[in-house]
Amino acid sequence: MTRRPSQFTKNKLPRWAIWAVLAGALILGAAFSALLGFSLVTMSLFAAIFFVVGGTAASGAVEGSRKAKDRLATYLIYGAFIVAVLPLLSVIWTVLERGLPGMTSDFLFRSMNGLTGAIDNQTVAEGTPVLGGAYHAILGTLQITLWATIISVPVGLLAAIYLVEYSTGGPLSRAITFFVDVMTGIPSIVAGLFAAALFGLIFGPGTRTGFVAAAALSVLMIPVVVRSTEEMLKIVPNELREASFALGVRKWRTITKVVIPTAISGIASGVTLAIARVIGETAPILVTAGFARGINLDVFGGWMSTLPTYIYYQIITPTSPTSTDPSIQRAWAAALVLIILVMMLNLAARLIARMFAPKTSR
Amino acid sequence: MSTKTVSPNTLRRDGDSGQSGDKIFSTASLLAGCLILAVLFSVAIFLLGQALPTFAADPSEISGGNGFFSYIWPIVIGTVIAATIALILATPIGIGVALFISHYAPRRLAQGFGYLIDLLAAIPSVVYGAWGYAVLAPQLAITYDWLANNLGWIPIFEGPASNTGRTILTAGIVLAVMVLPIITSLSREIFLQTPKLHEEASLALGATRWEMIKMSVLPFARPGIISAAMLGLGRALGETMAVALVLSGGALNASLIQTGNQTIAAEIALNFPEAFGLRLSELIAAGLVLFVITLAVNVIARWIISRHKEFSGAN
Repeated sequence: MTRRPSQFTKNKLPRWAIWAVLAGALILGAAFSALLGFSLVTMSLFAAIFFVVGGTAASGAVEGSRKAKDRLATYLIYGAFIVAVLPLLSVIWTVLERGLPGMTSDFLFRSMNGLTGAIDNQTVAEGTPVLGGAYHAILGTLQITLWATIISVPVGLLAAIYLVEYSTGGPLSRAITFFVDVMTGIPSIVAGLFAAALFGLIFGPGTRTGFVAAAALSVLMIPVVVRSTEEMLKIVPNELREASFALGVRKWRTITKVVIPTAISGIASGVTLAIARVIGETAPILVTAGFARGINLDVFGGWMSTLPTYIYYQIITPTSPTSTDPSIQRAWAAALVLIILVMMLNLAARLIARMFAPKTSR
Repeated sequence: MSTKTVSPNTLRRDGDSGQSGDKIFSTASLLAGCLILAVLFSVAIFLLGQALPTFAADPSEISGGNGFFSYIWPIVIGTVIAATIALILATPIGIGVALFISHYAPRRLAQGFGYLIDLLAAIPSVVYGAWGYAVLAPQLAITYDWLANNLGWIPIFEGPASNTGRTILTAGIVLAVMVLPIITSLSREIFLQTPKLHEEASLALGATRWEMIKMSVLPFARPGIISAAMLGLGRALGETMAVALVLSGGALNASLIQTGNQTIAAEIALNFPEAFGLRLSELIAAGLVLFVITLAVNVIARWIISRHKEFSGAN
């Protein structure tokens, strides 16, 4: 092996070399892509392959196999991140591009009541704006999610309090912790089937109301609430509890006046994230609340629509089988509304967590 | 300082009212805990109760006419195929992204990138389904055509490829996108918990970054990665809407790029709204099978996590 002037820079690939490899890879990628009929997708694909192979080979020739492996791993890991972000960008772009044209006040404040295929056909034939909207589905989503929250939050909160404040690590609390973890993995459709089976048994088969859907969503929501509340209660410093006990305060007063207020920001953001999770659930609603075309404000009677089932049915069974464009447009607009709702909830959770800054010493 | 004399009666009176409050509160929280256990068990019981007619029915009355087993078998296999594709694609990428966020990305941007991946998890499944149906499937149809022409000799790529692209492979890819954030966020947590001293020691011994990761981070995180993948598998097995929208289902088919195959969750979602009588019970029985499979996967994953909790801290 020939000796280089400096011990420290010997066998090191110069900085420009990697740019040279990149340029070469782009040119080769474009060339190979042109052979298959040029497209940006194939070009980036080929260029990426050439870059990874070329960069590793150049490094292997100059720097040795260990450095080459290191470079290969770096490229692959950066590549993995890019590959992971692509679908996210694609989904958001698609929803924005296809959903924005349908976002009219008509869409937001009208239901599908009385809207038939004939009207859609006429809309397409005359090129007039698409009629019909998702007002009933938005209302349904809000009602069902509200009821699910009303059921889940007290149960989840109390269960977490039991686990952190009352249990002594016995078999019961270990069983609850374990099965709460397992419950987070219940497929949403199974939760829906459970609620449908339960209410079917009590009120006769085929009972489908908003409340059944809320019960199904609670099955999915409770474990999330328990987990996040538990984590938050655990980081409340024990000194606070002990100080309160030392002042002679009862345990339940300590919990309601000291522990929970200290952890409230984390609990609130956990609950918000749980709501964000269940608001987009489709499958449980499909089997428990049926599908409605009009506004239904009674969660205890009658079928109900939510945004996810609205999207699903607009795609699967377009209002007009012959001209599906209005239905597809409504579906994407509803998807946009749903994504905005979910993102707002996620943002709210982060803001809550940040605004009511952690009151612990950690 | 003189000690204030307090009448013992006041203390006791206060104590009495507080005591009952204490009792009510602790009982309520205990009940809430038990309710959760009760719900999980009643899920199993009710599904079993409603599914019983299927198991008792004459084999010829079940869809397909050959009994419940031959009805459920193909869709169990379909479910496993879709989830396996998702896992094969999502696990390496998920670990890569987790490593990127924990060890490669510039410190200042790492948290932002973490949020970005969490956004993937926030998008509702029906939107993924619609995206897979309207955007991804038509794009992939061209690729499938190419696969069928060039790699058609491999049974899983046997032609003729579906020209809508709505195949089990597309469904698997959409599922992979959906389970990716789960695998990423769990493995990221564990990668960040690798003892700093291990990492610094291996770097000080002259290891490159990759060697450091291979020798100190990955061995430490192995149980966590396995359980993250299993939790992702649980999600992929039970995912409904993405498959229901993307896959144009059919009979069991070895080729991944032809129309065919069906998953349990999608089968239920597609047929439940119109089902009644024995068909209803059949679908609930299918749900029970799905419940048992995902329960088993989740229990194993949680068991792996809890077994290694002491030193990995991953929970």
